[in-house]
Amino acid sequence: MSAVLEIKNLTKAFGGLMAVKDFSLRLNTGDLVGLIGPNGAGKTTVFNLITGMIPPTAGSIYFEKKNIVGLKPFQVYQLGIGRTFQNIRLFKEMSVLDNVRVAFHQRGEVGLFHSILSTPSFRRREKEVTEKARELLSVLGLRLRERELAKNLPYGDQRRLEIARALVAGPKLLLLDEPAAGMNPAEVGRLMDLILFIHERFKLTILLIEHQMKVVMGICQRVAVMDFGELVAEGAPEEVQNNPRVIEAYLGKGVV
Amino acid sequence: MKGAKFTLAVALIGFIILEALILTGLINPYIHTVLCYAGVVVISALGLNLIYGYTGQFSLGHAAFFGIGAYTAALITRLLPKSGFWVLPIGLVVAGVVAGVIAFLIGLPILRLKSDYLGIATLGFGMIMNVLFKNSDKVIPVMGGACGMRGIGKFTTFPWVFFLGLAGIVVLRNLVFSSVGRALISIREDELAAEAVGVNSTKYKTLGFVIGCVYAGVAGGLYAHLYSYLSPDNFDFLKSIDVLLIVVIGGLGSISGTVIAGMGWAFLLEGLRVVLPSAVQEWRMVVYPLILIIFMLVRPGGAMGGREFNFLKPAEYQRR
Amino acid sequence: MTYFLQQLINGLQLGFVYALIALGYTMVYGIVRLINFAHGDVFMVGAYLGFFSFASWRLPFPLAILVAMVGCAFLGVFIERMAYKPLRNAARISALITAMGVSLFLEYFTSLKFVFGPYFRAFPRPFSVRTYDLAGVTISNIQIIVFGVAIILMIGLTLFVQKTKTGLAMRAVSFDKDTAALMGINVDNTISITFGIGAALAGAGGVLYGIAYPQIHPFMGIMPGLKAFVAAVLGGIGIIPGAMLGAVIMGVVEKLTEVYISSTLRDAVAFAILIIVLLIRPTGILGKKESEKV
Repeated sequence: MSAVLEIKNLTKAFGGLMAVKDFSLRLNTGDLVGLIGPNGAGKTTVFNLITGMIPPTAGSIYFEKKNIVGLKPFQVYQLGIGRTFQNIRLFKEMSVLDNVRVAFHQRGEVGLFHSILSTPSFRRREKEVTEKARELLSVLGLRLRERELAKNLPYGDQRRLEIARALVAGPKLLLLDEPAAGMNPAEVGRLMDLILFIHERFKLTILLIEHQMKVVMGICQRVAVMDFGELVAEGAPEEVQNNPRVIEAYLGKGVV
Repeated sequence: MKGAKFTLAVALIGFIILEALILTGLINPYIHTVLCYAGVVVISALGLNLIYGYTGQFSLGHAAFFGIGAYTAALITRLLPKSGFWVLPIGLVVAGVVAGVIAFLIGLPILRLKSDYLGIATLGFGMIMNVLFKNSDKVIPVMGGACGMRGIGKFTTFPWVFFLGLAGIVVLRNLVFSSVGRALISIREDELAAEAVGVNSTKYKTLGFVIGCVYAGVAGGLYAHLYSYLSPDNFDFLKSIDVLLIVVIGGLGSISGTVIAGMGWAFLLEGLRVVLPSAVQEWRMVVYPLILIIFMLVRPGGAMGGREFNFLKPAEYQRR
Repeated sequence: MTYFLQQLINGLQLGFVYALIALGYTMVYGIVRLINFAHGDVFMVGAYLGFFSFASWRLPFPLAILVAMVGCAFLGVFIERMAYKPLRNAARISALITAMGVSLFLEYFTSLKFVFGPYFRAFPRPFSVRTYDLAGVTISNIQIIVFGVAIILMIGLTLFVQKTKTGLAMRAVSFDKDTAALMGINVDNTISITFGIGAALAGAGGVLYGIAYPQIHPFMGIMPGLKAFVAAVLGGIGIIPGAMLGAVIMGVVEKLTEVYISSTLRDAVAFAILIIVLLIRPTGILGKKESEKV
């Protein structure tokens, strides 16, 4: 199995606070791994480090054998890492269709002058992009809502749209930051199906931060547990569940 | 596409009627000048709308680029023959290019700043440019420094303003409804999320800023050849605010709104001059801000509130 | 060297007047995130209230300062209630445009003949100028008064914000309006008080400015207002000591550029420094680094 993502000794200090400390993790092609841990354990910081939104203090991140530390977020996305955000960040005043079409713009760009003059090659490209975007929206069940503004979508659909947007560039790795947050049990069930479905359909490797154990235990093949910025356990869900170090992280010392 | 052709035809008929009225003298030279001035204001404001309304980059220094264009064009046409069809367009092209290049050089460092801080930095740039205009005579005597630059050819006529304005609208419309436009708007909506879906925000912010400033530069060139006299006071901080007012009153991210507000603004200010009896002329500038305040309280989102007339939109955006 | 010190003191005089204006900008920005462009015009009204206090009503100096402060405080609160409060939940730019409208209105309305009139007026000094020689550096009683009044007011403000309940409420509201409201703080009143205090300080600044540079007119507030605002940003907007520091730097830089480089380039240098500082420290000298939460 080849590694899609290999994080080695990643460290991030905010002033005196070690948000991530000597963190290493390896994802192989097709993995669906859960990243869990108490609030403030540094999970989202790991995502931000991978996607280039903040620079690491030390360590390296290899994506398909290439060190991606120092790349800008848009370059990381173009290389093939898509992500969603904990607190949904859609382009609220743009239509559902445009939210997806934005992400297309780098590939096969026809250029400023074609756009300004609305040339045939520009219009061909627009049509192509629109078709592809619609295809993706259909897959995620949002096709009928394409003209609505993103801010007017119900919560569950907003999460779906964010995932759709992350999938445009045909990423190999998808980072999902608490996709089930704020969902009711029925919605969580549908979300789990969706994650499994896109994992299969787009041949994705997925790293997922989640607090709902139902989701993590239900779909993840492997779980990594963080506490105070460090990796404290890693393994199959049932192994990790009974790991005393993990129980301590969640419930505190002396419970076991 | 049919809609677009129809719209252009209507615009053309409107132009022919107005031009006929001007040529027959039914529109007097004063109104003609106001009409041209309104067009100049609209072109400049379209540029700021691209920068602020669509890309979300707060600029309080738009008048500086307007001024750069005005002085550049005036200096260029001075070197050319006193008459001829090509004199003005050459001046305008150079004005646009110079404004764009300066926008690129200044935009690259300062567009890293966000929101109000960017506004203040652009305000500072505007102030610096104003001081430079005031001292320009020390380097180029014909620019006149604080006394102003005189003897600029009156080349700007209604057809120039009209067709450049129309071109400005068409270009902006095509731009904002393209992939480039989507990238710009996504930056306004959420810069970090835009980066996370592959938008090179530095590149697009700079691009939007440069194009917007080219609009200001061309508008400035037209302005210089409309009144034949330039003073640094025409390009100070308050003039930047005027353009901002128009863009906000029209509605951020709305081309129709900017056009309506720009025309309305120019005619309101000039109209008040005509309507008010001479005894209360000094009330003109008292009434104007009151209208402005009341308008903002009643319609804080501007006239169009970010919406667009249907005929300006591609099919998939139109209301059915 | 004595020449330099002399200019430094002249610069400090200007800087302290800027500081009184900058404080209002920074407090208002800190609490409602509004660049209150009308603030410079409130300063102008303060100068006129000082003018009438001396010229028409023959009031003694402390009373004139008080009249200007109280008058401006009422004006500030009135503006806030009428023009800004209705827009508190609208986009921030709407309030900014309204602030521009209020600014224009104050300038042109006061220019009307039956208000202040469109002319320059000589500001009457309530006492004759006296100068003292300190090892070659001249300092005037005017400068001592400007320094004294400004310092007293700044200490007063700092104590007010740090020690009183209302000051605590102001800090709470500027930190988080909703939470402050949940804690039982009357957010509307707190915001009005902030506008009032800011305007009062600008009013005092207006009188001091009139005494120091004795010529006033209805548009006099624009440039000092802009510069004070820039000073507030330079020091770190929303931070009270930042406004004082930024204002003093602005005043000194302006004076030194004027005498050592060129008086026409004075404003350009001040604004160039602003841009450079912002590029190095985007939130100002004392500003805290803002990092976006992802």
